[in-house]
Order: sequence, then structure tokens, then C-alpha cells
Amino acid sequence: MNISVADVEKVARLARLELSEEEKSLYAGQMAAILGYVEKLKELNTDGILPTSHAVPMENAFREDAVSPSIGIEKALANAPDRVESFYRVPKVIE
Amino acid sequence: MRFQPVIGLEVHVQLKTASKIFCGCSTAFGSEPNSQTCPVCLGLPGALPVLNKQVVEFAIQAGLATNCSITPRSVFARKNYFYPDLPKGYQISQFEDPICQHGWLDIQVEGQESKRIGITRIHMEEDAGKLVHGDVSGLEEGSGVDLNRACTPLLEVVSEPDLRSSDEAVSYLKQLHQIVTWLGICDGNMEEGSFRCDANVSVMPVGSETLGTRAEIKNVNSFKFVKQAIEYEIRRQIELIEDGATVVQETRLFDPTSGTTRSMRSKEEAHDYRYFPDPDLVPLVIDDAWVQRTRDELPELPEQRMQRFMTEWDLSAYDAEVLTASRSLAEYFEACVALHVNAKAVSNWMMGEITRALNDSGTSIDCCPVTPRLLVELLKLIEGGTISGKIAKTVFEAMWQSGKEPATIVQEQGLVQVSDSGAIEAIIDEILTREAGQVAEFRSGKDKLFGFFVGQVMKASKGKANPAVVNELLLSKLKG
Repeated sequence: MNISVADVEKVARLARLELSEEEKSLYAGQMAAILGYVEKLKELNTDGILPTSHAVPMENAFREDAVSPSIGIEKALANAPDRVESFYRVPKVIE
Repeated sequence: MRFQPVIGLEVHVQLKTASKIFCGCSTAFGSEPNSQTCPVCLGLPGALPVLNKQVVEFAIQAGLATNCSITPRSVFARKNYFYPDLPKGYQISQFEDPICQHGWLDIQVEGQESKRIGITRIHMEEDAGKLVHGDVSGLEEGSGVDLNRACTPLLEVVSEPDLRSSDEAVSYLKQLHQIVTWLGICDGNMEEGSFRCDANVSVMPVGSETLGTRAEIKNVNSFKFVKQAIEYEIRRQIELIEDGATVVQETRLFDPTSGTTRSMRSKEEAHDYRYFPDPDLVPLVIDDAWVQRTRDELPELPEQRMQRFMTEWDLSAYDAEVLTASRSLAEYFEACVALHVNAKAVSNWMMGEITRALNDSGTSIDCCPVTPRLLVELLKLIEGGTISGKIAKTVFEAMWQSGKEPATIVQEQGLVQVSDSGAIEAIIDEILTREAGQVAEFRSGKDKLFGFFVGQVMKASKGKANPAVVNELLLSKLKG
């Protein structure tokens, strides 16, 4: 499995990561190794086996539809880098 | 060249739960920004979502009411993208194995045959927060983020691209709206965004098998705007093609003031959402017993109730359709007919005076001051001959204002119908003497003057004379 620097750049851009040139080639190699391992796993016959999305065999964890207290505006905004009244303030978003 | 529009709709239905889909914060609309938040819906590190069971119940109901099959084992997935209204950097949604699949609705556009529209899937997901621009002091610079709406439960209902005109799209949308409000799983308020629609629109030459490039139109929050937006978009795309240009796949925003759509942002990378199963939420398993229990508890749906009204109460298709426009309207009707009155009379009054009064006052049927019992009392007064149908409208007005019993109003205002032939005869004699000229004309063959005499008698009796008695006496005196 070959992973190019361009592939790494694409994934990095989607994840908003800024990588140095050294990191790009380092990760390209690491990602190729991971995907190579997946290629190896593909050799197994997995007909009739459900994909494992969770490591713990558990299903249907529910809560009832009841309102519980929120934490309050001050706590919610406590770590905000910027606020106006009770809004978080972010750089202008224009659509 | 002639073109065929192809339309598919994605509808977001906000579910009427008390708490959010993955945490206990309230879903109430219009509270102070960020007052309904907690570590889960703020996306704080370490917070874990737990699924609200009511959301699943509502989703199964919606699926069954739209003829979907319910997926026995479904999972939640993370849809990854960055936007300031999305605190976690991903939206919890469903991708593979949504809870409902392969449904349909039959729609009816006036003057056309009924048509089946496929529903590809219905999935559960969380809503994002709300961005506020400009209209708060201090926000001249930057945008405000309110996360009260973040994590509110939504169903996304995705149709097949089976719709071929704006009218079909509106018809489908109205029917879906009727079903979710009827089930009571959504308040249906389009202005507050509880029921919102994105339209995928493309055009292709008539007879072609290949779909054209589609544009996705967002922000269409009324039935009228859906029609306008789709029609504008169809015209825009046809003009582009006719001018030799090509349609670009993109997201467009509908602007209600100009009735046009404009390009919003390029979707080049937006589609790379890198979905993967959310490890924080365990798989959802719905067995046959659960589906069956929900099916058994499902209320009679609008279409079925309409059919029943036609057979059980002998109503016309039109009347039955109007009376089943909402569940509360249908229940008002049934509450009336349960009190043993003429179903046709109830239907006429509901479609006439009641609808008019509700519209005039902007009231909904749930808050109608004239309750089914009061309406029935009024109808009984008409049936028993105590008041005429005309006077009944006056009594209705008074009931609407005061909420008093119709019999009390009739007594207080002296509105009892006069059926005593002696009293009516006296009035008729007076009119005939006064209008001697008209009498002579009538007798010389001008039959249509009869209505004039009836009108004069009713006027003189202040509308209280029994019309049947008036007609009978008047006819015999004029002929005599």
C-alpha cells in the first residue's frame, strides 16, 4: 500500500493539521504500514461475520426522556476565549 | 429542447422530546443563549453521549407511518467537518444502516393521478448550534454561537429523486408534515425550524435516462418558498444549459426576499465527511416485538381516518380530507358526532363558521372557545326548530365571544324562532298591504319576486320567523 505526501496533505487539511515536510513523509510511511496491515487482514475469509464497530459486546444503552439541569451559562462560557453577552464569539462566519 | 426536472427532498424533522438526544438538557425553544448546555452537548473532553429512548420510539413511529422497514441493528456514525456551530468537530448521525429504510408515500397533486414517492431512508441525528450575525450589540465584529440547539434530536427523511415538479414536491412535503404532526412527534413549526427542507434539483432533457448535475438548495422554510425555490432553480439550470454552460454541483441558498437562489460555498471537499462508527454509542438493536408493539400503538393515520369518515359518516372525499387535515380537527369532528347529531351538519359547520372564526382570530382548533359539546347544543337547537340556521350564526358569534351555552344566549337575546303561524301571518299581511304594487306584479307572473317577499318578512321579524312557515304561508296568501 503506497501513501503519497499528497494523500497525507489531504487528510491533514481535512483535520486542520499543519504538518512540516518531515512529518508528512514520516506519517506517509506510518500510514502505509497501517494500511498494509489491513491489506493483510483482508486475506482472511470474513463471510458471514458482522463488522465489529465496538470492542465491548453491548447494545441498547438508553436514557429516559427526562430533563436534567444544565450547567449554566457562566460555566458553559468559562473556558471561552471570547464572548459577547451569553454567546461564544468566533471570527465572522459569512455564508 | 424540453427539460424534465428531477427533485429529491431531504427533510429535517425536529423531534418533540423534552430533553436532547444524547444528554438531559432541555430542548425548549427561545431560551437565553447557551443556558441549555452541558459537557455532552458542548463537546467537552471526556463527556459521553447516552441515547434518549424516546427518539428511537419516535423514529420507529415515523418509519412505520411512511411504510419503511425498520432496521434490526443500526449504528451511529460520526460525520466529520469543521464549523463553529458544531462543537465536537463531528455530528453524530447514522450512515450505513439507518433506523428506517425503503418506505414510500402516495401523493396527490390536484388534477393528477396519485403517485408513489419512494423514501430512501430515515435516520436519527443531532442538530448543530445556531450562529448569530450582526443583530446583537458587540457582534458587529465576529459571529455569536448559541449551543442551545446543539444535540437536539432530528430525523432526516430522504426521498428518492422521484419528484418531477414543484407541485409534487410541495404535495409530498405537506403529507410528510401532516404525518409527523399527526403522530405528535414534531410540532411542525416551520418558522422556528422544527420542520425544514433541503431540495436537490436537477434537469435533464425529456426522454433522457441520465440525471443532470444537481444543486442542493438550503434554507427553504415554508411550503411557498419550496415551490418558489424549486421553480427558480429549474429555470436557472435550463437557461444555463441553453446558453451552452454547465450546471455545477454545489450548495445554494434560497433568498426569500428576492425569490432566487445563490451559490453558498464550494462542496469540493465538503463531501469528504470520513464517516465512521461512533465508539461512544453502542449498536441499537430493535427486535420484532418492539416494532410490533409500536405498530399496535400507532394512531389511526390521516389517510385511514379519511377513508373511515367517508364510509362511516357518509362524507364526501373533499369534506373528509378537510376534516382530517390535522388530528385535532378530526378529533373535534368525532367528539361532535359521538354526541349523536347529524354528521353532515357538523361537517358543514366545521368547514364553514368554525374554520372562518379560527382563521379570523388566528386560533387553532385545540383552543376553539366553542367546544364540541357547545356546537352540538347549537345544532340541536336548529334541528329542534328553536332557532333558524341564520340566527344560529348570530348565536355562534356570541358563543365564540362569551363561551356561554347557546340556549342561554337564545333566551337572553330573545332569538327564539317564531313558528306560530298567527304571528307570522300578521307580519305577512302587513307586508302585502304595504307592497301592493309588487303583489300585483307577482300575480301577473313575475315569480322571482317571491324572494323579495320572503326577505321583507324575515327582516320584519328580525330573522326570527321560521323560514319554512314563512314560505308556506306566503305562497298560499300570494296565490289566494
